[in-house]
Amino acid sequence: MAWNLDSDRPIYTQILEEIQLRVITGQYKAGTKIPSVRELAAEAGVNPNTMQKALVELERNGLVMAQRTSGRIVTEDMKMIEETRNKIARDQINDFIDKMLKLGFQKEEIITLIKQAGGEA
Amino acid sequence: MNELVQINNLTKIYEKEKLALDHMNLTIPRGRIIGLLGPNGSGKTTLIKLISGLLVATEGEVLVNGSRPGPETKAAVSYLPERTYFQGGMQVKELIAYFTDFYKDFRPERAKQMLANLNIDENARLKTLSKGTKEKVQLIMVMSRDAQLYILDEPIAGVDPAARDYILKTIISNYNENATVLISTHLISDIEKILDEVVFIRNGRVILQDTVENIRERRGKSVDSYFREVFAC
Repeated sequence: MAWNLDSDRPIYTQILEEIQLRVITGQYKAGTKIPSVRELAAEAGVNPNTMQKALVELERNGLVMAQRTSGRIVTEDMKMIEETRNKIARDQINDFIDKMLKLGFQKEEIITLIKQAGGEA
Repeated sequence: MNELVQINNLTKIYEKEKLALDHMNLTIPRGRIIGLLGPNGSGKTTLIKLISGLLVATEGEVLVNGSRPGPETKAAVSYLPERTYFQGGMQVKELIAYFTDFYKDFRPERAKQMLANLNIDENARLKTLSKGTKEKVQLIMVMSRDAQLYILDEPIAGVDPAARDYILKTIISNYNENATVLISTHLISDIEKILDEVVFIRNGRVILQDTVENIRERRGKSVDSYFREVFAC
């Protein structure tokens, strides 16, 4: 099936992340309609109720909005999309730092290593 | 509104000695896709046949929409048996006509669309089809009814992975929000993503009923891994 979901994490969380990613990367553009729950569920190969739950959560966050007629659109608030993107970046960085600390690196060492990888040091 | 299926103290003993279901209690709500999971001989098929009205309980009761199995409940239940019961000499299109006659809620256009999607020739006779294709035809027939409860006994066992995906998509996109799909299978990892909840049964009793998300969240593992742990031999 089209979506690559891990077998050991809640499906709901993974769907949420995937849709956020699609908004951030512009696959679902600001102000445009996203596919229906049923279409998304069939595409992802997941339970429609789980998909519904994830979309309601995204609505609550404000990243997508329910339309009066039917369906949902991506927010037009570019600032919010940008903030979502930054939040995901921070989460990724924190995960990375946690792993590096576990490997026994100090924060300064980690920063040096990143600079090296980026070709700056 | 009452629950779709209510099972109270249900017991089935075959030939006065083999205890297949042991005072089972279970509630099946509306609007869910539910996995019925258990090792061989745990009582899955017996339970399914009792809900479908094909067997009579030794003790206890099954209520579908509040009624005991009979013509009324059978009209609300669309059942896919483990084995095929169609006449081999029949053409696929004859089968469609047969189902249209037999079930008021059968939607021939939906069946035809799905057959076309899977490139199955309506003029083919059933006995000329491969085992997997026959299973697909059978599932298409069952899912083309507007039933309240779909009971699928091992629906994907004999088909290839690509067709499996198609079948799972068919289940997702065909069922309506008030209907429930009850799927019995051993192929848990293939279907767990489409399930709302699972029922584990062992020795004719329900040992667990929970949502897939709860299991993944609390145990940090898939339903498939959890099943292997619970039923480890």
